Amino acid sequence: MSSAADVQNPHSLSQMQPASSAARRALRWLRANLFSSISSCLITLLLIALLAKMLAGLAQWGLRDAVFTVPGNDTSACRAVRGVGACWAVIPEKYRFILFGTYPFDQQWRPAVATLIFIALFFLSTRRSLWGRKLVYLWAIALVLIAVLMWGGVFGMPFVVQDRWGGLPVTLILATFGLAFGFPLGILVALGRRSKLPAIRSLCVLYVELIRGVPLISLLFMASVMFPLFMPDGVNIDKLLRAQIAIVLYAGAYLAEVIRGGLQAVPRGQHEAADALGLSYWRKQRLIILPQAIRHVIPPLVNTFIAFFKDTSLVLIIGIFDLLTTAKTAIIDPAWQSFSVEVYAFVAVIYFAFCFAMSRYSRRLEAEGNPKA
Amino acid sequence: MTIASPSSRSRKRWRAPLQGPALSGLIWQIVVVAIAVAIVAWLWSNAVHNLSVRRISTGFAFLGREAGMPIADTWLPYSPKDTYLRAFLVGIVNTLRVAVIGIVLATAVGTMIGIARLSANWLLSRLAAVYVEVLRDVPLLLQLLFWYVLMQGLPAARMAYRPIEGVYLSNRGLILPAIPLGEGQLRVLAAAALGAVVFYLIRRHLVARQMLDGRPRRAWPYGLLLIVALPAALSWVLGVSWTVTMPELRGFNFVGGLALAPEYFALLIALVTYTSAFIAEIVRSGIQAVPKGQWDAALALGLRRSFVLKQIILPQALRVVIPPMTSQYLNLTKNSSLAVAIGYQDVVSIANTTLNQTGQAIEAIALIMAVFLTISLGISLFMNWYNARIALVER
Repeated sequence: MSSAADVQNPHSLSQMQPASSAARRALRWLRANLFSSISSCLITLLLIALLAKMLAGLAQWGLRDAVFTVPGNDTSACRAVRGVGACWAVIPEKYRFILFGTYPFDQQWRPAVATLIFIALFFLSTRRSLWGRKLVYLWAIALVLIAVLMWGGVFGMPFVVQDRWGGLPVTLILATFGLAFGFPLGILVALGRRSKLPAIRSLCVLYVELIRGVPLISLLFMASVMFPLFMPDGVNIDKLLRAQIAIVLYAGAYLAEVIRGGLQAVPRGQHEAADALGLSYWRKQRLIILPQAIRHVIPPLVNTFIAFFKDTSLVLIIGIFDLLTTAKTAIIDPAWQSFSVEVYAFVAVIYFAFCFAMSRYSRRLEAEGNPKA
Repeated sequence: MTIASPSSRSRKRWRAPLQGPALSGLIWQIVVVAIAVAIVAWLWSNAVHNLSVRRISTGFAFLGREAGMPIADTWLPYSPKDTYLRAFLVGIVNTLRVAVIGIVLATAVGTMIGIARLSANWLLSRLAAVYVEVLRDVPLLLQLLFWYVLMQGLPAARMAYRPIEGVYLSNRGLILPAIPLGEGQLRVLAAAALGAVVFYLIRRHLVARQMLDGRPRRAWPYGLLLIVALPAALSWVLGVSWTVTMPELRGFNFVGGLALAPEYFALLIALVTYTSAFIAEIVRSGIQAVPKGQWDAALALGLRRSFVLKQIILPQALRVVIPPMTSQYLNLTKNSSLAVAIGYQDVVSIANTTLNQTGQAIEAIALIMAVFLTISLGISLFMNWYNARIALVER
């Protein structure tokens, strides 16, 4: 069994003998990291064998025997290699539908631009120089811009009803609006949970524990079947908005716990100093406590956001056309029915790209936070 | 609220009973509670009105009615003629079946991957890192659909894969050889379980004695006697047979053996692989949280590496690991509700069917919430107890 202790730094070895040639250094690296003991040798050889077999199989399926294009909707070439090779032809055929759903075809540049705005927004949010009030304005402007683009009805863009929205923009909308509204809610609930007023504290505890104790699906069911029951006659809220409300409530509870962790990390002296200055409760929180608390918890906040981004895929179960639902719908088409693995792989790559970028960023922040680690 | 009585401070200037922070606090609370109550009352009155318009009667009386819903994969005896209550019980057992086995497997796989991630072998640690990164960054529901499609793509029962004799993998799921458990077998197993408990107590006693005088005492002979020898003797006396029944292909399906339905199998694989990636990261950070001096000290004593890891590092890492692990267990249990997407009939899926059949939306969702809150509470209580037990006792 290989163990944690013999984690070695390959660079320190090579630095000790700078005279050795590149080949000898490589050999030394191999000995230190792959063949340091008998058990290590065995593990390496076994893994290489396994990996070679898997990669060969994957290359055979995904490249050598795969079909990349078919004429029109004629999938006979794909059917011929079924089970042996991949049918990548499904991607060029269906990618517009997977990415943008049933949004009017000639207007699909609008969700495409909205997606780019989202990506730009995420990218700008990582800039330290923008943190603070500027970022709040930036988010407000971006979200309004996205709403205008998606709905249209102004500047010569025809109006598009929410039922036609679909694909990646819907996933991004659910996650981002969930965060944008869940975050202030989370702050209020976190403050409430630390409040000295018993009634407010118990309300907040009840809310957080109730939401965190049940699966997101039950909240989504609630939004889709129970919500209409609780509304007065004639009030009919759109399905997407109902799901969005459920996600905001869900996000609020989880974000509240993250922010509460940050609040606990702010030293008592800060509270006392703010009180001594005669600041009111809200000014104290806004100017002194929250900026410090939130700075503490930015890495876990990013991780929570990654989790939401993935969790939005659950709206598939209540029939909202997010990225995963459009992917699943794309392969209902009888001609392409048996090529779901290829479509799922395509969608998985999109999800992975977003989540991986965010998790890299979160890790970098953590490393900046404690340089020794 | 404390109200300062004026008489006790007669010397000071009279003060209003409530003012400053205390008064504003009270007002805040009254306002917030009033808003909350008003919202709930408004929603409730709407619901009552809507239900009466739609002629849906509230209450849990529907639980006694005949469910008429087929459930394919069940451990409890069930037929569509049974009541909704029975169907819910079957659903709860199905949820627990996937959650408990999932937790055990995810812990085992996750711990191995977490240790592999720290291995000195570069290839092994890289591969473990890739495993963690890929599984964490793709939504669980997508992975679940993916596994389910793969299951459905498996050959039919006639052409099933047979990796080992008696194990079949086909689009009917995974079929394993099994030992049919009758009354006799269960008695012997109960005896073995009792033996395990007694062995645990004896071992604890021996360890306590060793703590006093430092002399190591052998515990394994007791284990052999209590867990293996005595139950075996009992089995021989009772004449219980332990023949393994091999699954057999008859017609289009399998007879005998233990069958894991494709839905169950896909759900289990998806939950275990997904959660194990998170557990691996928790285990890794737990091991890294143990100071390096512990390794150095243990190795200086001449102990073997595997022994050091098992006896010195992991027990200390466990303390750091338990709280985040608890939340992963809770996540796995809640995530098992994704079963509804592939048609495995867990409690959420059954509640959903009930809701569609009877229109009892509020009751069905209240039942889901009650079940999950109870399970969550149970796991939390157990893990808190365990955490308190292994916590470092400081002087």
